[in-house]
Amino acid sequence: MAVNPATAEQHGVGTSTGISNAKLGVWAFLASECLLFGALISTYLLYHDRTLPGTPTPRQVYDIPYTSVSSFVLLMSSLTMVLALAAIQRGDQEKLRVWLMATALLGMTFIAGQVYEFTRFVQEGLTLKTNLFGTSFFVLTGFHGAHVTGGILMLLSLYGMSLDGRLPTERAEVVELVGLYWHFVDVVWIVIFTVVYLIPTGK
Amino acid sequence: MALTVDERLEELWEEEPGLGSVLSTVDHKSIGKHYIYTAFAFFLAGGVEALLMRTQLARPDLHLIGPEAFNELFSMHGITMIFFFVTPMLFGFGNYFVPLLIGARDMAFPRLNAFGYWIFLFAGLFMYSSFLIGRAPNDGWFNYVTLSNHQFTPALNIDYYTLGLVFLGISTTVGSINFIVTILKLRAPGMSLNRMPLFVWAILATSFSVVFALPSLTMANVMLELDRRAGFNFFNVAKGGDAILWQHLFWIFGHPDVYIIFLPAVGIVSSIVPVFSRRKIIGYLWLALATMTTAIIGFGVWVHHMFATGLPTLSMAFFSAASMLITIPSAIQIFAWLATIIAGKPVFKTPFLFVLGFLFVFVIGGVTGVMFAAVPFDQQITDSYFVVAHFHYVLFGGAVFPIFAAIYYWVPKMWGHLLHEGLGKLSFWLIFVGFNLTFFPMHILGLLGMPRRIYTYHAGLGWDGYNLAASIGSSVLALGILVVLVNFLLYGLRRGAPAGPDPWGGDSLEWATSSPPPAYNFVEIPKVQGTEPLWDQPELRDIGFRARDVEMTLAEGHDTMGTTVVDAEPESVLTMPEATYTPIVTAFGISVVFVGFLTLLLPIIVLGGVIAIGGMMAWLRPKELPE
Ligand code: HEM
Repeated sequence: MAVNPATAEQHGVGTSTGISNAKLGVWAFLASECLLFGALISTYLLYHDRTLPGTPTPRQVYDIPYTSVSSFVLLMSSLTMVLALAAIQRGDQEKLRVWLMATALLGMTFIAGQVYEFTRFVQEGLTLKTNLFGTSFFVLTGFHGAHVTGGILMLLSLYGMSLDGRLPTERAEVVELVGLYWHFVDVVWIVIFTVVYLIPTGK
Repeated sequence: MALTVDERLEELWEEEPGLGSVLSTVDHKSIGKHYIYTAFAFFLAGGVEALLMRTQLARPDLHLIGPEAFNELFSMHGITMIFFFVTPMLFGFGNYFVPLLIGARDMAFPRLNAFGYWIFLFAGLFMYSSFLIGRAPNDGWFNYVTLSNHQFTPALNIDYYTLGLVFLGISTTVGSINFIVTILKLRAPGMSLNRMPLFVWAILATSFSVVFALPSLTMANVMLELDRRAGFNFFNVAKGGDAILWQHLFWIFGHPDVYIIFLPAVGIVSSIVPVFSRRKIIGYLWLALATMTTAIIGFGVWVHHMFATGLPTLSMAFFSAASMLITIPSAIQIFAWLATIIAGKPVFKTPFLFVLGFLFVFVIGGVTGVMFAAVPFDQQITDSYFVVAHFHYVLFGGAVFPIFAAIYYWVPKMWGHLLHEGLGKLSFWLIFVGFNLTFFPMHILGLLGMPRRIYTYHAGLGWDGYNLAASIGSSVLALGILVVLVNFLLYGLRRGAPAGPDPWGGDSLEWATSSPPPAYNFVEIPKVQGTEPLWDQPELRDIGFRARDVEMTLAEGHDTMGTTVVDAEPESVLTMPEATYTPIVTAFGISVVFVGFLTLLLPIIVLGGVIAIGGMMAWLRPKELPE
C-alpha cells in the first residue's frame, strides 16, 4: 500500500518536529511532581522555626559549606547527563556508557553525602520526631533523596540496556526522557537548597 | 489475500473476545465502559448509604442507626460520590468519547489507560473493604485533623481514608496525563485548538486541574499517615503542629476539585444543547475561554471553605472577591446556552430534558453559592443543613443531571440500541421532582438551625415536617434512578430499536461511525474544517465505515495519526500497543503494597513491590528493535 507522504515520518517513537507524546507525558508528570514538592516545601517553611525548647534549630545543625559541595556534585551530574544524550545522538555507545555511569556515580555521591548529613544530625539530637523542624526537614529532603535514588536506578538500567545492545540511536529519546527527569530533580534541589539552607531563619 | 480496507483494520484492531480480553484490553472504548459500569456501581453504593441516612432522619428520635455508624455512612457517602463516582464516571465518558470526538483510534497511552482503570477499581475495593471489618472512614469526607489524628481516631478507619485516596490519586493522575497528551497530540488533521469540541476542551481543563491540584491532597494524606503510623508530628498540636495546614492542603485540592467534577459535566451540556436546539452553539469561543478561566480561577478560591477559621480580614476579602469573580464565566456559559436554545428549534427528548433540569437546579445552586461568598453570611450558616442543600444543588445539579443527560445521549452510540423514550421521560420527572423534594427543604432546615452530620434530633424543633419531606423525596429520587437502570438493562442492552450511526443528527465526529463503533473507530482518519464537522462537511458522514482516501486509512499497521499541538497538522504515524496483561499485573502489585501499608506487614509490602516492579519491567521492555 502506498505510504502517505503527508504523514510518513517515522513509525513508533515520535518525530523530530514538535514535541513527542512521551515527552509531553513526562512534562505533565513533572508538573504534578512540582506540586508534591511544593506542598512539602510550604510545610517546611511553615514549620522550620517551630522547635521545642532544648531541641536543635536549623542554625545549630546546618553545615552550609558541606551541603554546598554536595549540591555542586549534583549540579555537575546534569552536565554529564547532557553529555550522555549527546553521545547517543552521535551513535557513540562507548561514550554514552561512560557518561551514564558518571552521572549515576555523581548521584550516588550526593546520596552518600545526604546519608552522612542525616547521621550527623541524628547524632546532634535532631530526629524525625524531635520537633517540627526535624519532621519537615527530613521528610522534604528524604523525599528528594528518594527521587535521586529512583533516577540512579533508571540510569543503571539504561547502562545495562546499552551493554545488551538494546539502546540504539533510534531509542535516543529514552535517554532524553530520563534526562528530563534527572534535570528536574536537580532543579528541585536548587530550590530546596536555597529555601532550606540559604535563607536565614530566626533561630 | 485480498482483504478490503475495513477487513484489514478489523484484523489489526479486534481483540479476542472473552474474559482474557476484559483483563488485558487496551481499547479505550472497553476501558471507558469498564469505568462507567464501575463508577455506576459506586453510585448505587453511595446512594444506598444516603437512603440509610435519610431513613434514620425521617422522624425525630429514631434509633435505627447509631451515631458511630452514621458517621461512617456520611463519610463514605461523600467519599464515594466525590472520588469514586463523579470523577471516574466523567473519566469513563472521556475515555470512550475523547478519541472518537477528535477522530483518533485510541488514547495516546493505551496501556497507561488500562492501568488507570485497574488502580481505580482496586482502590475502590480497598476503600470499601473497610466495611468488612466495621472500620469505614468516619471523620467526614474532608477528614479534618485533629479529629483524624491518631489520638482521637486510633482505629484503622482513617488509614483506609489516607491510603485509599493516595492509591486512587495514582489513577486520576495518570488518567489526566493521558487525556492531556491525547487531546494535544492525536487530534484529526485540521482540528486546530479553536475547532475542538467543547467537551474535549472541558476534559482538557479538568485534566490540567487534576495535575496541579491533586498532589496537594496526596501529600496531606501522606503526612497524616506518617503522623498516625510512624509517630511524626505534622498535625500534632501538642508539638506545635498546625491543624489549619491540613485544611489549606485539603482545600487547595478540594476547591479545584469542584471544577474537576463540574467542568466535564458542563462540557456534556455544551455538546447536547446545540444538537437538540438544531443550531450551532452561540459563543463557541466564549465557552471555550470560560472553561479554561474557570479552571484557573478555581485555584484562587480555596480559602472560602475556611472563612470560619479566623484568618486575617484582608486575605478573607481577597478570597471572597475571587469567589464572586468565578461566577462570571459560569454566567457566560449559562447565557450562551440559553441564547442557543432560544435561537434554535428545541426538540425535547430525554437528554435535553436533563440538560434543562441541570440549568434550573444549577442556577439555584449558584445563587446560594454567591450568598456564601459573602463572609458574614457564611459565618452564620456554615456547617448547617443549608450547606448540605447548597452542595447537593451544585454537585447533583451540576454533575449528576449532566451525567444522566450523557447516559441518554451516548448509550445508543455505545451499545447500539435506543433507550425507551417514555421510560426516559418518566425517569427525568421522578429524578427532578425527587431531587427538589429532597434538597430544597434542607435550605429551610439550615436556616432553622439544624446542623449537618447529626444522626438524630428531638421532636418539636420545627424540623420534623421538612425532614420527612426530604426523606420521602430521596425515595422518589431513588425510584427515578432505578428507572434509568431498568431502561438501560432492558432497552439499552438489547430490546431498544437499533440506533444507527446517528440517531440525533449530531454535529461531532462520534456520529460518523457505526453504533457501537468498530475497534478501529474510523476506517479513515477525518480531515476537519470547522467546529461542527458533521454539519459542515457532508463527506464526513460515513467516514467511520467507508474509505475514500486510502492514504488516510493507515491500514498498514496498528496505527493512528499524531498531529501538532496547536494547528493539528499531520506530523507522524504512531504505532499503538496491543492488548497486554502488564497493566493489571502492575496495578495488582501496587494494591498489594497498599494492603501491606494498611496492615503494616513488611513481607506483604515486599511481595507487592516485587509484583509491581516485575509487571512494570515487562511493560516497559522494548519490543523488537525498530527495523
Ligand atoms: C442520590 C441522592 C443523594 C442523597 C439522598 C444524598 C443525601 C445526603 C445526606 C443525607 C448527607 C448527610 C448530611 C449530613 O448529615 O451532614 C449527604 C452528605 C453528602 N453528600 Fe449526598 N446525597 C445524594 C447524592 C450525592 C451526590 C451525587 C454527591 C456528590 C457528587 C453527594 C455528596 C455529598 C457529600 C460530599 C456529603 C458530605 C459528607 C460529609 O459530611 O463528609 N451526595 N448526602
